[in-house]
Amino acid sequence: MKLLLVGEYREGRLLDTTAELLGFAAAIGGEASLFLVGSAEAVPAFSGSLYLADAKVYGEYNPEVHKQLLLKAVQEENPDLVVFVHSSYGWDLAPRVAASLKLAQVSEVIGFAGNAYEVGCCNAKMHRNVTPSTSKAVITIQAGAFPALQAEGSPSVKVLSTDAASTTEFMGYEPAEARDVNLAKAEIVVSAGRGIGKKENIEVVRSLAKAFGGELGASRPVVDAGWIDHGHQVGSTGQTVTPKLYVACGISGSIQHLAGMKKSGFILAINKDKNAPIGEVADVLVVADVLQFVPALTAKLS
Amino acid sequence: MKILVCIKQVPDMESHFRPNGSATWFDESDLAFRMNEYDEYAVEEAVRLKEQLGGEPEITVLSIGPDRVIEAIKKALAIGCDRAVHILEPEVASREPWQIASIIAAYARDKQFDLLFTGMQSQDRGSAQVGVLVAELLGIPSTTTLVGFAWADGVVTATRELEGGVKSKVRLKTPALVTCQLGLNSPRYPTLPNIMKARKKEITMLQAGELSSEKPLTGSAAFRHPEKRGSGVVLEGSVDELVEKVLVILKDKTAVLR
Repeated sequence: MKLLLVGEYREGRLLDTTAELLGFAAAIGGEASLFLVGSAEAVPAFSGSLYLADAKVYGEYNPEVHKQLLLKAVQEENPDLVVFVHSSYGWDLAPRVAASLKLAQVSEVIGFAGNAYEVGCCNAKMHRNVTPSTSKAVITIQAGAFPALQAEGSPSVKVLSTDAASTTEFMGYEPAEARDVNLAKAEIVVSAGRGIGKKENIEVVRSLAKAFGGELGASRPVVDAGWIDHGHQVGSTGQTVTPKLYVACGISGSIQHLAGMKKSGFILAINKDKNAPIGEVADVLVVADVLQFVPALTAKLS
Repeated sequence: MKILVCIKQVPDMESHFRPNGSATWFDESDLAFRMNEYDEYAVEEAVRLKEQLGGEPEITVLSIGPDRVIEAIKKALAIGCDRAVHILEPEVASREPWQIASIIAAYARDKQFDLLFTGMQSQDRGSAQVGVLVAELLGIPSTTTLVGFAWADGVVTATRELEGGVKSKVRLKTPALVTCQLGLNSPRYPTLPNIMKARKKEITMLQAGELSSEKPLTGSAAFRHPEKRGSGVVLEGSVDELVEKVLVILKDKTAVLR
């Protein structure tokens, strides 16, 4: 099988997830080539073809221009599978390429068996297998689902160019907001999820965090609802944490949340649904009402 | 200005899911349906733009599915959409992103919409494909994962959410399509007077098969609960028992309790 991996490059830097694409390629087997709008000065180590367009010429991510460049690489390489990371880059660009070539796309792949790809659905509560019915396909892989591979070798570089007109003007980046809470360094993080029910109940979780001597975290829905500020958010769009103990209170466990905390030393989850996806990563899942269990645990600790 | 908002009706994600007979998707019986959460932000953003422009834009809300999707459509009308299109498709569960996008594009093609809003993904299928596919089929620019939106003089200025809290700002000329991320705005609840008013708004019904006969590009199978990967234990019982058990485990397995 021939794979064309779509690497990511931002502000002069190759993103770490590119190594996960190489990890996926090694896992599924086959001949891998890499597409990158990047720099000839920061070529990733691997042996194979590198289809390279110069980021200095084509700028930061631009959907139409990157699509046209990638279509040129596809035409030349004729891959069986075009592989993206399921990221703000991958989920934006992949459907454009799939539509141009009228190929099946499978999103956020976490595993495979033959040509069936395992994906999550229903907020990651369920899984299913999706099989492309086109002979070639486009997939995006879930960040963190395949181990990163530090490959060796130097690729043979094929330079790409296009005169495609841009339809989207890139204005600039906004850096992440300054944080008054440094969850990344905390030894214990106690996080509140939507299961706490209402804003006032943040205090129940905060009390447990205090009793443990830890920091207060939160899942995205709690932040979006305005119950707590973004500085507390754990997950792929918030902070990534690796404390010795992570306590998830009323967090069902979306992929984005799991990506930000699954490497914690010990994970205690409290949820009234014993099938909640947080159970996949939890060392202990306590099936209980957060508002009953958490105050009782706090009382015993204090 | 003409605006199209595409919404999907999905099961409540707190539901207990069971596979249907062929395990291609969930069994719909006993499930309560609601508007896809991402689409609530799309509806709200469209209505805010209409209000910003003094009510001039006409907002059409579109949903594909069986009769049950009328409930989601009515909610969007009560929030402030002007008219609705219900594209009847009893077999919506077996229609995959390419087919759904083809149906929407076929409907929108000759309607001269200036702006199209969708959620960035659905909560149930989560492919994050349909919005971009619609834009590609219509040959108009699009951008995804919006946490900020502004429109002035035919130009959209959008803030996209990237990874780790970083955002990017992009500009695109209308006609254009944008997909909305959670947290873009604060979706309002429909008020009773607006729910009553919405009853008089027009809902056009079309048949999906008359708009597109595209074949599926993917097949689905083995809808299931995930295999347990970790070696985690599940504890059940009374709260007092649970607290005692958890304290014993934490003392035994972690170095954080003294």
